[in-house]
Amino acid sequence: MMRRSRLQLWTPDIVVAVCLLLAPWVLPPLGFSEDTMNRILVYGLFGIGFDLLFGYTGLLSFGQAAFFGTGGFVAAYLLTIMGLPSVVSGLLIGTLAATVVGVLVGMVALRRTGIYFAMITVAIAEMFFFLENSPLSAFTGGENGLPGVPAPTFYLGFATVHIGPDWTMYGFLAVCYLVGIVIAHRIVRSPVGHILVAIRENPLRAAAVGHNVHRYKLLVFVIAAAYGGLAGGLLGVLQGYMPPDAFTFSTSGQLVMQTVIGGLGTLYGPLVGAAVWLYLRDFLQSTLGLGAAWKLALGLVFVVLVCFLRRGIVGAIVDLLRRKPAAPAGDPVEADWSADAGPTSEADATDTVRARRDGEPILKAEGLTKRYGGLVANSNIDFSVTRGELRGVIGPNGAGKSTFFKMLTCEVQPSAGHIVFEGRDITGHSVTEACQLGLTKSYQVNQLFSRLTVRENVTIAALSRERGSFRSDLVKDLTHVPGLSDRVDETLALVRLAGRADHPVSDLAYGEKRRLEIGLALATSPSLLLLDEPLAGMSPHERVETVKLLKSIARGRTMIVIDHDMDAIFELAEKITVLREGQILVEGTPEEIKANPAVQEAYLGGVNEE
Amino acid sequence: MLNWANFVSQCFNGLVLGALLALISSGLTIIYGTLGVLNLAHGAMFMLGGYAGWLAYEYSHSYVVAVVAGSLFVLVAGIFLERTIIRFFYGRPPEDQILVTFGLGIVIVELVRLGFGSLSKSVPAPEWATGITSLGFMIYPTYRLAVVAIVAVALLALYVLLYRTRLGMIVRAGIEDAQMVDALGINAYRVFMVVFGIGAMAAGFAGIVNAPVAPITPDIGGDILVQTFVVVVIGGVGSFPGAVLGGLIAGEILSITSMFDPAYSQVMLFAAMTLVLIVRPYGLLGTQGRA
Repeated sequence: MMRRSRLQLWTPDIVVAVCLLLAPWVLPPLGFSEDTMNRILVYGLFGIGFDLLFGYTGLLSFGQAAFFGTGGFVAAYLLTIMGLPSVVSGLLIGTLAATVVGVLVGMVALRRTGIYFAMITVAIAEMFFFLENSPLSAFTGGENGLPGVPAPTFYLGFATVHIGPDWTMYGFLAVCYLVGIVIAHRIVRSPVGHILVAIRENPLRAAAVGHNVHRYKLLVFVIAAAYGGLAGGLLGVLQGYMPPDAFTFSTSGQLVMQTVIGGLGTLYGPLVGAAVWLYLRDFLQSTLGLGAAWKLALGLVFVVLVCFLRRGIVGAIVDLLRRKPAAPAGDPVEADWSADAGPTSEADATDTVRARRDGEPILKAEGLTKRYGGLVANSNIDFSVTRGELRGVIGPNGAGKSTFFKMLTCEVQPSAGHIVFEGRDITGHSVTEACQLGLTKSYQVNQLFSRLTVRENVTIAALSRERGSFRSDLVKDLTHVPGLSDRVDETLALVRLAGRADHPVSDLAYGEKRRLEIGLALATSPSLLLLDEPLAGMSPHERVETVKLLKSIARGRTMIVIDHDMDAIFELAEKITVLREGQILVEGTPEEIKANPAVQEAYLGGVNEE
Repeated sequence: MLNWANFVSQCFNGLVLGALLALISSGLTIIYGTLGVLNLAHGAMFMLGGYAGWLAYEYSHSYVVAVVAGSLFVLVAGIFLERTIIRFFYGRPPEDQILVTFGLGIVIVELVRLGFGSLSKSVPAPEWATGITSLGFMIYPTYRLAVVAIVAVALLALYVLLYRTRLGMIVRAGIEDAQMVDALGINAYRVFMVVFGIGAMAAGFAGIVNAPVAPITPDIGGDILVQTFVVVVIGGVGSFPGAVLGGLIAGEILSITSMFDPAYSQVMLFAAMTLVLIVRPYGLLGTQGRA
């Protein structure tokens, strides 16, 4: 992961600027009118925010009209009825208003995810439409909208530019779009941008590696609202009139359709989609004389695209360009276990020092109980792990091992009892907070960001250590985060995936995925690492390799391992806790456990496990 | 000053609207609960029922024929959509399902507009339900009372289907755990097809029953869809009793608020939804399961 140079950073911005500059010479001969081009820019800008929200973060909102309308009407009201002289200030205040509304709406809508989120955004946007239409009609003109929105004038020192209904309007809107896309380029490349994609891919794991998913969602929701607000204001300036239908469901729907047609997760998709949309509308309506049937045609195009070309036009072009001469999927590289990949970095070295202070409990649970209705999964467990220890937890199926782990990592809240981690009571903390404190786990069933590369996966986990649970460093390039790439490389070396760093997770063999699963947990630099069945589903050969891996990462770390593989646990662990029927049956060294008659009866005896 | 006669009459209006919303929302909620698909074309199904019924009425001049033909047409249309498009989306992310049904809704609305124009159509109330009825303390349009009765029968039929038949048991089991139903060797996909058809039919039936109350236009489904969302969010997604309760609550909120100031009726509805979301995020009768 090389630090990106200044030129690399600015290239996409320059390309967009050149395209915007050339468009007035290229597009009109193709049948695009000046007005159409201006509208494309407004909807393209509106869509940048939506693409960040849906394309990057996976939050499908059908209510963006609320922000488009709010920004538009606040700006239009200030510029017409209030007589604010500066158009640019009006636009900025409108954008600010949309941003504030975005915070409020986001706090309600983001309480739920998936289809609930989609429905709630629809409903809230409709509420704004009705509010605009009558209760607030004194300010908004109700069904008539607000006419007479002025266009800005700029004093450039040597000349005064009046933005009017000619190419000056295009220039003004093109500059606004350029500013919007330059900021969006930065956001996408920032740590935040990467975390947003991680939230889209696997929100559960994004939270588990220490990112405050809710706050990032709110952040991107508010950013999308700001883009919407600015675009709404520009619509009023462009038309000289702020129409009430900016607030309608069909405005939100049009934005969704344009973005999907153009291509999700591309930033340029909405612009291309708007161009297709508005061009086809003009073409079908005027040239072919289809009248109202244009919307039917666009609806069909949309359905076909959703069915067959989910990445839209820009996505398809990108895929076509990127189709390299069949990159060898690559056989799983035989991991090299000979090299000592013990703790090397400074941070890990301090962990080691801390780990040496034996005898002090890093984790202490008292009276831990979990009830699901009438079922008691865990009852009254007292458990303590010493710093530097490698503890094994075993027990027959249904003994409550996974529930126990989930309580320790704060994934589920205990019905009773307390958990003290490094002297701090963490009962009732979230899984994100627990991870930030240095307590995380690898999952029994892989929880990876499957459409990202191995390196990106580890980077996302490592980011939470560098940045805490939330930081809005939106314009900082990911490659400029200090120490990040070292930590990622170390983790990759530790789990022996350095040779596979740039492969997408979906290309990995099962054993490699399991190692990456552990790598994600390791990259957060936990002081206590919990491993939930790290050997599950592995071939005998992979088991041997993974046991070696676990031994190497155990150096200088405190770990708790659950597994059904008795031989592995007896080989790894210094001390073993046996759970049965939600309670601790016995604790002791491997030898004591092997010799214990109760354990033999409960677990080993009679039934032949392997 | 509160006018009591007016108030009672508005409560009845709320009941009529609420009953219709309850029926439409039940359709949406059983489709979502069983198939896991949020059908954004549900409003279009409501509109389609109205048009199919209107067309049947134009030929037969019989209200009963209109209702039966309208509902059956939407049942068939729903099954057709499920077989040709929706079923390919079961394995895709929920966002794709939302997008495709949204697109289908637009295609259906625009097809109807192309075929029948944007002007509104109306179906008269049947002869046995025209005029007004005296309830002793007030008089009320007979057909609206009939709507309540008709919708109540339809909801009861849906209830019997869901709670007293084998199909209903599979549907309710599917709402709890679709994978398990599949694992038990039940052909879930055939059930999906039937449920999508029945869910669509519930909306279509409401569309034709509502036709004598409000004229039909191609865009009539849009507002209905949004109100249906509010109803299921209030009642709890996937819950049939929740849809009925949510429908009645929504109907009353809309009607009673319009008595004071019609401008605020929709706003109040969304405010109520927000309140429910804050107090009970899974809806009044919803569980965490499906959603």
